[in-house]
This record gives sequence, structure tokens and C-alpha cells, in this order.
Amino acid sequence: MKVLTISEMISLGKSPEIIFWVGCAGSFDERAKKITKAFVEILNKAQVSFAVLGNEEGCSGDPAKRAGNEFLFQMQAMTNIQVLNGYNIKKIVTSCPHCFNTLKNEYPDLGGNYDVIHHTQFINYLIKENKITIVGGSFKGKKITFHDPCYLGRANNIFEAPRELIKKLDAELVEMKSCKEKAMCCGAGGAQMFKESEPGNIDVNLERTSQAIETSAGIVASGCPFCNIMLNDGIKHYESENEIKIMDLAELVNQASKI
Amino acid sequence: MNYIPNLIFAFCFFFATFFFVRNIRKIYRNINLGIPINRSDNNKQRWIQMTKMAFGQSKMIDKPIVGLLHLIVYLGFIIINIELLEILTDGFLGTHRVFAPYLGGFYNFLIGSFEIFAFLVLISVIIFLVRRNVLNTRRFLNPEMKGWPKNDANIILYAEILLMSLFLTMNAADYWLQLNYDNSIYINVGYFPISQFLVPLFDNFEISSVVFVERTAWWLHIIGIFIFLNYLYYSKHLHILLAFPNTYFSNLNSLGKLSNLKSVTNEVKMMMDPNSDSFAQNSSNTDIDKFGASDVFDLNKIQLLNSYTCTECGRCTSECPANITGKKLSPRKIMMDTRDRLEEVGKNIDNNNGNFKPDGNELLNNRITAEELWACTSCNACVQACPLGIDPLSIIIDMRRYLVMEKSAAPSEINNMMNNIENNGAPWPFNQMDKLNWKNEL
Ligand code: SF4
Ligand code: SF4
Repeated sequence: MKVLTISEMISLGKSPEIIFWVGCAGSFDERAKKITKAFVEILNKAQVSFAVLGNEEGCSGDPAKRAGNEFLFQMQAMTNIQVLNGYNIKKIVTSCPHCFNTLKNEYPDLGGNYDVIHHTQFINYLIKENKITIVGGSFKGKKITFHDPCYLGRANNIFEAPRELIKKLDAELVEMKSCKEKAMCCGAGGAQMFKESEPGNIDVNLERTSQAIETSAGIVASGCPFCNIMLNDGIKHYESENEIKIMDLAELVNQASKI
Repeated sequence: MNYIPNLIFAFCFFFATFFFVRNIRKIYRNINLGIPINRSDNNKQRWIQMTKMAFGQSKMIDKPIVGLLHLIVYLGFIIINIELLEILTDGFLGTHRVFAPYLGGFYNFLIGSFEIFAFLVLISVIIFLVRRNVLNTRRFLNPEMKGWPKNDANIILYAEILLMSLFLTMNAADYWLQLNYDNSIYINVGYFPISQFLVPLFDNFEISSVVFVERTAWWLHIIGIFIFLNYLYYSKHLHILLAFPNTYFSNLNSLGKLSNLKSVTNEVKMMMDPNSDSFAQNSSNTDIDKFGASDVFDLNKIQLLNSYTCTECGRCTSECPANITGKKLSPRKIMMDTRDRLEEVGKNIDNNNGNFKPDGNELLNNRITAEELWACTSCNACVQACPLGIDPLSIIIDMRRYLVMEKSAAPSEINNMMNNIENNGAPWPFNQMDKLNWKNEL
């Protein structure tokens, strides 16, 4: 498996077509790392010329900004922009909707202008270009529901790219009682991931997980490492790990794809 | 000829208009207490947005039945108000149904449509009353809906019933006179499709009593409208006017984009590169910016306009994941608190010759607590749900900015997360040098 950093690539005298922005969850969280690996496998199968920033990639600043620390956010953003602009990066693909949103919408005001693509969009593109092919069958007839990440769906109006992938898997797409524009949050956004919740009746992720369980789908697909972590906690809480799997679309496509 | 009714009418009209204009100017002044924000871009897209959301009520379709009833009341309101033109003209000139002779058959058609709308509005409003008071709709039961907000909603509905009933009674009496009283005032002008069914009620009346009923209903109806006009300012019903500017000026960016704080950008640039020109810019700038918002003065004008526009429908709150799961946060309450504080500030200014006298109160803590602010997941469900294009999230974020940047008052886990980002470049305590370790596990 080939993963080069941008500096390695440049020292080889090459420049990558895209930068894969891994994000903090994708780099450090045990569950989310599997998503990163699956996506890297897809990139390799499709022979995409890509590089990562490695330890030059800092936190995008999303949780700091949403917690209200605009200072810290802008310091992070400007540091990252220096790196990205230094390498003359044009195109960034990321598997984290929070990084996606921040890089796409909030970096331009600070001098970072890139073509930012979510990995579900990019995988769709790879399939359309015949760079990878889905070998049908393994998901045929299986029920999959899709949890819209807030920062992909409502925040950036990307509702169809992930759903198209599910259809391409030949699976039956079932929707939760709240979906698309009205999808319920998993509870991680706005820096909630990093703190205990305020007093209430139930945790947000448990409420959302029970909506997913109601669909009786065997797989809950998502496109966000944070949603994945939150829903996994939910499934564990309801002791439904055997009936339901929380999977990223990169993992599902990787399982079903060949070159 | 007796001019006293005309004079009384003219007096009522100017009195009502005077107070209405005074209230509108107050709202305008209060909104201008906010920080300027530039929303003069993309005119075309803004017109489209306003047409869709305010005229077309595009987001009301989300709940189809309620949306339809609301549409009827709204169309009824606009269409029946065409009749107001005639009522005002009659009032000033002392005429009676002044347009009838000129419009002929079309007049019959117009009055007929007004009556049908009035009837539909009556039915819709009765359904609304039942829904609000009998059916226990969850979003009308949140704590912020106790007291005045609940009464306000009901008062408006009762007022609407009263106005529609007066309109139909007036027409019924008029029609009876047209049929039974041979004179030059009550000439036959149409069929009155709804109020004709009320006509038999007057069958045993003297002509003079029916004239009295007709006149009384006419006067009460128009005075009722004048009162309604002035009640708006004290009511969530301001949205029938402010929906238009509010949707015009509302955010056109992707919902995920939070505002960029320029003042911070200058300081950060200075820190990262002391030789940059923002250093020069900044040192010449003597007043020190306050970061974030703790009171209405720190919010921008659009946020303040939002607060006056909010119709307290609770569509935001019923989609809010924090509220659904029993947290204190309610985006509707954020908007109502902002408006109530702005009103308080406005009254303070009125009472102190146009200057605000510090009153020891603020929006933060006195009305909106840190507990509410920290429960938000920034999911934008509230923004998406609002039929009027209101953005409660932006206020929440501005207040968090104040808590964090001015008061260092974040929850301790949030402080840990921020320390990690600052020191390790990740929200967790992992070393940035290890960021690519996953590669070795491939
Ligand atoms: S953005 Fe915050 S206030 Fe709005 S719905 Fe989501 S959690 Fe609630
Ligand atoms: S903010 Fe919008 S959705 Fe929420 S109560 Fe006000 S008008 Fe309704």
C-alpha cells in the first residue's frame, strides 16, 4: 500500500493530483483510522496520484471555532494555509465533513482557496470514471440506512453523493424518520464531542441511534468519523452490535470494489 | 350635511397611523443599535429568496396541513385588505361602497371573493385555536411559551375571528337593506355568497335597527383593524411585516460557514508576522474590539432584525437535538430573549432622553445562560427549520465567543481540547509527530 507525504512526493520530483486531508479523528481514533485505511485502499486501487500532509497537517480548527475560540481557529487555519499554499495545493479530498466544511467555507476568508471535495463525492467520481468498479452481490438485498452528517448535509447541501454510493452497492436504501435536510444530529458537532452533555433526558447520540435501529437496517452508513464514533457508542449502549454495523461509505465501497 | 362621522374617522385614522409609525421607528432605531453588517450583495438572489420564503411561504409546506391553513389566513389577510381601500375612502368621504357603481359586476366578484376568504380564514383560525389550546402540540408547550407568548397567540386568533365576523355581519346587514330598503344608499351591488345566509337573522328587525347593525359593524371592523395595526408591535405578529426584510437580508452562504472575526484576523496576523501591515493598521486603531457578544449591542443588525421577526412558532426548537433530548437550550428562546432584552434596552433609551443608561443587566446570564449555550451542537437544524430565515445559531456562537475569548469561561473539557489543539495540533493529547502512524498499520 502506497502512502506518500507531500514532501516525499516532491523529493521524488512528482506532484500529486490531490491531497488527502486525513483529519485528527482519521489519524488518531482507533475506529476512524479504519475509515482512513479503507479510503487509502480505494485511492490505491484507482491509482489516484495522492499525497497526505503527514505531520504537517494540523487540526483544521473546527472544534475551536465552534467552541467560540476564534483566535485558536485562525491560528490553526493560517498555519495550515501556509503549509498548503507553500506546496501550491489546489485540490483537497477529505473524509471528515468538519474539515471539509472549514477548509471549503472558512479558509477562503483567510487566504486559503482550494477545491475541496468530500470523499463520498470523490468515490462517486472514481466510479463514474471507471477507475474502480463495484462488484455487486455482497450487499445485494441488504438494508442500509444513511445518517446525514450535519456538516455534509445541511451545512453544505450534499445529500445525494452518499446515497448514490449506497444504490451502487445494490443495497436497499431505507431512510430514518428524520433524514436529509431534517436529519437529526449525532451529537458530536459544535465541540460537543469533547465534553459531557448538559443535563437532559437522554444523550443526543442515543436518540439518533434509536432512530437508526427503528429502520431495522443491518448497516448504518455515514460519511463522518465523528458520527461514526457517536453512533457506535449508541449501538454499544443498546447492545445491538451484532444486529447493526456502523460503517463509513469508504469501508463499504472498499469491501465491494475491485480495480 | 353632517361631517362629524368623517371627522371622527379621520381622527381615528391619523391617531392609529401616528402610533404605528412611532412604533416602527422605534423598531428601526433598536435594530440600528446593532453592529453594521453588509448584506447588500447579490440583490437578485435576495429578491428570489424573499419571493420564495416570504410571499411563497416555501418552508411552510414542511407541515402541509398547517401550511395550507396558514396560507389561507395569509392570503385572506392580503386579499381582504383590498376592501380596506374602499372602507378608508368611504370613511373619509362619508360615502357608502364608493367603488360599487364604477366596478359593476367586478365589484360583485370582488366582494364575493372577500367573503369566501373571510369564511375560510374563520375556519382556519378556529382550527388554529383548537390546535394551540386543546391538542397539546408539543412545540407550544415549552417553558418559554408560558404567560404572554401564549396569550398573545390566542389574542390574535380571537381578534381575527372578531374581525371576520364583523366583516360578514356588516355585509349581511347591508345585503338585507339592499333587498328590503328602497333608497339611494343601499343599492344592490351583488350576491354576497357567504353573508346571504345570515340575512334571515334580520327578518323581524326594523329598517333603522338593521342600519344601526350595519353601521356598528362597519365602525367596529375598521377600529378593530386600527387596533390590530398597533397591536403588532407588542406581538409575535410583527412577522407579517418583517418577514419581507428578514428573508431579503438573511444569510445566502452555506449554512456551515460561520462568520470570520476580522478583528481577530488582524491580531493573529500580527502574532504570526510582526512585520505585516496589519500591525500598522492595528496600532492606529485605538478602540479595542470586544470579542463576541454578551449583550444586544454586540450583535449585528440582522441578528436584531431576526429577533423582532421571530413568530415564536417553535419549528426551530422542535428540530433542535439538544431540546429534543431534554436540554435547556431552545433556539426559539434564544430569539425571544434577544428581542425582550432589546425591548428593555429600547425602553431604557426612551426613559433617558435617547441615551442608554447602564442597568446592570445583560443578555448573557440575565436571560441566556451558559448552560444553554454549551448544549448546542451547531447542527443548523434550527436555521434550516425556520420559515422566516432566522439564524439562532449565529447568536449562540457569538455568545460562546464572548465566554471563551473575553471571559475564559469554557467548560474544563473544552479548555483541555483547546489546549491540545494549541500544543499538539489535534483536539486529543496525541503528538502531531505521530499523525501518520496509521500508515504503519496498513
Ligand atoms: S444549531 Fe444548536 S440550537 Fe440550532 S438546532 Fe442545532 S443544537 Fe439546536
Ligand atoms: S426562530 Fe423561526 S422557527 Fe424559531 S420560533 Fe422563531 S420564527 Fe419559528
